[in-house]
Amino acid sequence: MSTDLIKADQLTVIRNRRRILDNVSLRIGERDFVTIIGPNGAGKSMLLKCILGLYKPDAGEIHRRKGLRTAYVPQELNAAATMPLTVRRFLSLRMQIKRDKLNSVAEQYGIAEVLDKPLQILSGGERQRVLMTRALLKEPDLLVLDEPAQNLDISGQLAFYRLVENIYRERQLSILMVSHDLHLVMASTQQVICLYHHVCCTGTPHVVSQDPEFVSLFGKDLADMMATYRHSHDHQHGPVDHITGHLHHGHD
Amino acid sequence: MIDAFILRALAAGIGVALVTAALGCFVVWRRMAYFGDSLSHSALLGIALGLLAGVGINAGILIVCSVFALLLVWLQHQHILATDTLLGILAHSALSVGMVVISLMEFPNFDLHSYLFGDILTVQRSDLMWIYGGGFFVIGVILWQWTSLTLMTISEELAQAEGVNTFVANLILMMMMTVVVAASVRIVGILLVSSLLIIPAATARQWARSPETMALTAAVFGVLAVILGILASAYFDTPSGPSIVSAAALAFFVTLGIQTTRGRTQHTGLD
Repeated sequence: MSTDLIKADQLTVIRNRRRILDNVSLRIGERDFVTIIGPNGAGKSMLLKCILGLYKPDAGEIHRRKGLRTAYVPQELNAAATMPLTVRRFLSLRMQIKRDKLNSVAEQYGIAEVLDKPLQILSGGERQRVLMTRALLKEPDLLVLDEPAQNLDISGQLAFYRLVENIYRERQLSILMVSHDLHLVMASTQQVICLYHHVCCTGTPHVVSQDPEFVSLFGKDLADMMATYRHSHDHQHGPVDHITGHLHHGHD
Repeated sequence: MIDAFILRALAAGIGVALVTAALGCFVVWRRMAYFGDSLSHSALLGIALGLLAGVGINAGILIVCSVFALLLVWLQHQHILATDTLLGILAHSALSVGMVVISLMEFPNFDLHSYLFGDILTVQRSDLMWIYGGGFFVIGVILWQWTSLTLMTISEELAQAEGVNTFVANLILMMMMTVVVAASVRIVGILLVSSLLIIPAATARQWARSPETMALTAAVFGVLAVILGILASAYFDTPSGPSIVSAAALAFFVTLGIQTTRGRTQHTGLD
């Protein structure tokens, strides 16, 4: 007898007379791994906000399982530019955590050596691991990630998704993730939801990637997105082209 | 040997320095410097209306600056113009209207200069009440909200997801700044209020390893600058605001020199 962690029914969000979300339904059960994919401005972040209870949709209903603990991993830290803050302090901000536990968790997620360093000097990958650690310290039933690997280079992305996969395997939790990197999460995610204000198609990654609607709706946009990605990250050229091609040709 | 008015000014200045230290850190962290500057410019209208209505300049500033902050938040939500444009419009129109009102009214014994740059001779007992009353209130609110505000500064989304109402928290910060502007106008003047928020905090950033030590260090530098500035102001008969800010700036550049030559200037993320 497992009840759904989240059950969202026909969510609609209208902002400035535009339908940001249009009749979006989704359910997340126990031990689910759901990935949302869609072009920029498709309403992905809004959907997460609604699910996290940060935004009240104009229509539709969200049921959360009673006592559900969620934790959130944002895209990036605000680089915390001018605030002097160590990783240790950040992890214990607004949380009561014993020093021993913090040390052992840091060890587990490979951030032990940066624990007493200022947050600003960490690499992008280290920073995402810190954010992930903070989320897991809350011992959530549902882990929500919003494009967590967006600002990492290719090897960083691979390492990060491997970490997500390990966490999913080892821990008793469900994952809801927004990601453009469908090719990288293919192996671990069970369900993919293609969102463009409405749910375009949904299913296992394999099914979705061959869905004609996916190719026609997302093919070009994804390519554009990858092109933008390449321009804003000038230190990684070759691999991105490879990935663009990869996405277009689908997986079999 | 030290005159009563100097002691009064010192008491006022130290109070101001302590409040601006706590709030100034958030101004530096959250890049609210331009907001602080604009807010204090609008205080001239508050002074004019406060005198006109007979409620006193502190209350006038508090009311006008609060309206200013709320108007800004409302305009930001209209998504018509960028925030810095809005701030420029609001600040300079309030400054101008204030100036026009002051010129038309010809208030007796009105010394514009002292409102713009501060004048220790004008500090009265009632100002001390404003400073220490407002100061305890501001520091209390900031301490109470400290971890929420800190988390929000690192990541607005993360703070929201963890239950912080960032809209309210931002509004609280803005309101605290209006209190600080109203309280510190006699000492530093409306044109220099924001530098007392920024410079000690920026100096402290280079020494501190945690948010809390940064605030405490900023308080130390702020108090030193105020004491030095007020004594210089009394001795050389210079306006108090610029004297204090000059002292604060000196501490900043000395710190910068020390940290640069030591080669251990912390990565500030501003590169």
